[in-house]
Amino acid sequence: MTQDELLKELYDATLVGNQPRVIELTNEGLTTGVTPETLLFDALIPSLEEVGARFERGDFFVPEMLIAGKAMSKALEILRPLLAETGVETIGKFLIGTVKGDVHDIGKNLVDIMLEGAGFEVIDLGVQVPPEKFVEAIKEHEPDVVGFSAFLTTTMPMFKVNINALEKAGLREKVIVMVGGAPVTQEYADSIGADGYAADASGAVKRAKELIQQRALARR
Amino acid sequence: MSNNSHSVTDSLAAVSGVARVEVAGVAVLDVIACGAIASSVREISKRRGWTVQIHALSALLHDRPEKIAAAVAEIAFRLVSEGRRVAVAYADCGSYGEVDRVCAELGVPRLSGLHCYDVFGGEKFIEKVFESEPGTYLLTDFLVRSFNKTVVKELGLDRFPELVEDYFGQYKRVLWLKQGSDPLLDAKAKEVAGLLGLPLEVFETSDGGLEYELEKFYGNGYADGGTVKDTEMSLTAGSTW
Ligand code: B12
Repeated sequence: MTQDELLKELYDATLVGNQPRVIELTNEGLTTGVTPETLLFDALIPSLEEVGARFERGDFFVPEMLIAGKAMSKALEILRPLLAETGVETIGKFLIGTVKGDVHDIGKNLVDIMLEGAGFEVIDLGVQVPPEKFVEAIKEHEPDVVGFSAFLTTTMPMFKVNINALEKAGLREKVIVMVGGAPVTQEYADSIGADGYAADASGAVKRAKELIQQRALARR
Repeated sequence: MSNNSHSVTDSLAAVSGVARVEVAGVAVLDVIACGAIASSVREISKRRGWTVQIHALSALLHDRPEKIAAAVAEIAFRLVSEGRRVAVAYADCGSYGEVDRVCAELGVPRLSGLHCYDVFGGEKFIEKVFESEPGTYLLTDFLVRSFNKTVVKELGLDRFPELVEDYFGQYKRVLWLKQGSDPLLDAKAKEVAGLLGLPLEVFETSDGGLEYELEKFYGNGYADGGTVKDTEMSLTAGSTW
């Protein structure tokens, strides 16, 4: 198999969430000299982006997204230590969690995978994360970005509660706040004073990169 | 026929600028209903002697909530412009205000609350349920009955049973808002909880919450001996269970 054929097959296997094949092809790629970055940026990430696009178009639904995400996650497990070895710089540290009172987490987990794939260090606090836990974790890990996920109309107000808790702890200026989840809109994100919002996982990566860059420029 | 339905009717006529339809002296109410509650709307209307034409939409729209408002609007707009009296048997249902926008535009009422759990269990009760255990997965009689189709199949658990952990791994209990008393459903609810690997709790309620909401559409006391009709929706044919 040529490198191009392998990448194409890896792309296709990720798209349909064929986990065993994704693992096999990732290993095969590595043993035949394909770099971890090539596997990631020329097959895995574009494939998961296509999964997201198909979801948007209504061609895929949640299970298809889930199995594709899980397959990519397995490939990342193999690639992660190698990417660290090759000295690829982490783009930034991203702390994320689903807000208190909410246990939806599929969207958040997909954001994790895409962030990791793009080179972020991700610390996921899980679901039902109360404000004080976010505060503690920010003190401990000093992330560049904290992301709040919410999926219910009734739990969205926790974004503001979390932001207030960060302000109270004197952390608000130290960390970029991003929000997301099915019911969230840019308008809502602006209204509660978040720094960024994205409608999907690829958007989350793009926005997080932009915000980190903007902050770095502002600090110069 | 009682006159108590006038407030709803009049406000609709005022907003939409049309007169209501009377069929042989009987005021017909066209109810655009979510497939998840259409059969309850039918039963209650029969029981109460209300004349309704039910336009049921697929309950599966809940999985694509961004499509609910447009589907409701399409039918509501047509009916309102024909001068008919319309009510929407949807709560917000994850449309995040879009159903409200359509209802306000056309001057038609909808069920109060965020979803049908609020209608069957009461908003305050549901709020308390999630406060006391956020990891609660709610069932209604409809969900129990249609679980294989609405949840198992839709979430791909038939094709990928291993995903049950990804979906429900964070949940602690299943709470069934039990409206009726069908022994077959008792067994089915246990089966559902077993499939999800969660304990089953049962809250005995009724369809009284929905009846109360429908009564608001008509105005209390309205009854005409009633005929209940269903409209076959080409949009959703075969999927309105
Ligand atoms: C799958 C699903 C479930 C699964 C959840 C599994 C899980 N572990 O998460 C199950 C079946 C368990 C479930 C349960 C419930 N659900 Co549900 N669920 C859905 C459904 C169908 C899809 C959500 C989803 O996973 N989408 C796929 C992901 C990939 O998309 P996403 O979530 O939007 O995430 C993307 C973006 O938002 C963004 N993003 C996400 N997080 C973040 C964070 C940041 C920082 C950024 C930048 C971006 C970002 O990137 C993600 C990836 O692209 C939606 C309907 C819908 N289509 O939205 C209803 C929905 C969210 N659920 C709903 C409800 C009501 C419930 C229940 C109450 C139902 C019940 N019978 O009890 C319970 C919740 C109980 C509880 N205790 O919380 C409602 C919410 C309505 C409302 N008013 O709030 C919805 C809208 C359905 C509806 N139309 O009524 N649900």
